[in-house]
Amino acid sequence: MVGATAAPQDPGARTARTDAPVLATVTFTVNGERRTLELDTRTSLLDAAREQLHLTGSKKGCDHGQCGACTMIVDGRRINACLTLAIMHQGAEIVTVEGLGQPDNLHPMQAAFVRHDGYQCGYCTPGQICSSVAVLEEIKAGIPSHVTADLGAAPQVTEMEIRERMSGNICRCGAYSNIVEAITEVAGSRA
Amino acid sequence: MKSFTYERPSSPAEAAAAVAARPDAKFIAGGTNLLDLMKLQIETPRHLVDVNGLGLDTVEPTEEGGLRVGALVRNTDLAAHPRVRKDYGVLARALLAGASGQLRNKATTAGNLLQRTRCPYFYDTAQACNKRQPGSGCAALDGVNRSLAVIGGSEACIATHPGDMAVAMRVLDATVETVDASGSGRSIPIAEFHRLPGDEPQRDTNLRPGELITAVTLPKPVAGTHIYRKVRDRASYAYALVSVAAILGKDGSGHVAFGGVAHKPWRVEAAEADLPKGAKAVTARVFADAKPTHENAFKLTLAERTLTAALNQARA
Repeated sequence: MVGATAAPQDPGARTARTDAPVLATVTFTVNGERRTLELDTRTSLLDAAREQLHLTGSKKGCDHGQCGACTMIVDGRRINACLTLAIMHQGAEIVTVEGLGQPDNLHPMQAAFVRHDGYQCGYCTPGQICSSVAVLEEIKAGIPSHVTADLGAAPQVTEMEIRERMSGNICRCGAYSNIVEAITEVAGSRA
Repeated sequence: MKSFTYERPSSPAEAAAAVAARPDAKFIAGGTNLLDLMKLQIETPRHLVDVNGLGLDTVEPTEEGGLRVGALVRNTDLAAHPRVRKDYGVLARALLAGASGQLRNKATTAGNLLQRTRCPYFYDTAQACNKRQPGSGCAALDGVNRSLAVIGGSEACIATHPGDMAVAMRVLDATVETVDASGSGRSIPIAEFHRLPGDEPQRDTNLRPGELITAVTLPKPVAGTHIYRKVRDRASYAYALVSVAAILGKDGSGHVAFGGVAHKPWRVEAAEADLPKGAKAVTARVFADAKPTHENAFKLTLAERTLTAALNQARA
């Protein structure tokens, strides 16, 4: 198991321990491609993607899990990539916005964001799109939300559901209503 | 962030032993709170013990008719579990009222119980905080304390437990199961799990060093309308100013716990007999010893009104 124990480079040197980097190795799949990285244990999944793999679609907004700009889909679930360590994802399947679609082959959600102007500056957009794709999967899987009226029934794609479920993605340009329209369109075309 | 070594133990007892062996070690599960605090150097562990590979991620029925929730069951999965939705609605509702979709996908049952306060002075390393740095004082007492505790605080600390899930677990009389380095377990009633700050606000819970949560057990379901009402500054993705977790009958009788008001979920069982008389009778007893600050006395009114809304919902 890679990275099962990551030892300091010089475990005997107590002074060096005060802040010497500790390296570990991790292997995971990113956008369908198997990648092995040697990393400082402190490296977040977000920094690993941006700085080691040069996948700069995922953005660092707040780096504290408050803005959602770093949202990735890991093992089928959206998470804040800034609040998880890369080395905790041995064997994981990671999808970033680059893995959803490319300029010449947009994911339906990316195309819908373009069609509905679901952005202004664009900084939060990769996170919004990853989150949106996962939100529709969560509704399809029957996962309830705070605004689901009946916990015993399957949740529906409504504007209220989308707004609540997207509340972990902040857009300071305020493109929210267009984002909801884009998601609603994709949900409708898939129904 | 301070550098740290990292290991993945192969059993709960091994994990407990690894953390018990050194005072600067910590467990990591979802990591959504711990890594945030490590970035700010509020937490500075030099060794992380990653418990994600230990299993502990199933929800199983108990012989008593309840549910045993593994420590690593993610908040999303617990809220979506059919038995939880059907029989423990207050818990599903509390979970769904907390955090964001991304965070609930990562955050675990045990980690949610262990999340630390969001007192702004705990987070600001330039300020005095006895919880972060024992003996340094409490800048919140005379500071911006609108969001902080109205009851159960001390001269050392008026932080609140920030979570929603624990408030529901308190009204459900859940039990926290743990294992220590020797492999022996114990069961801690949720009422005794979180502490009041007293003169040791650095201790949020009564867990011992290295003690690892393995599960939370829910007793058999309690009939009634399960309600979790959370009042906050915005409609979603914010901490509670006041929350009410309640299981109520049509006549108003039942059980109630309050969140956002104290260092732990706040429940006064003796006051519950007054529930059919209305919210005021209950909150007068529940908050009889309240000592609100210059900014947060509104929470007492809000608690009464939120309970009124819960009672109306149960009667409807």
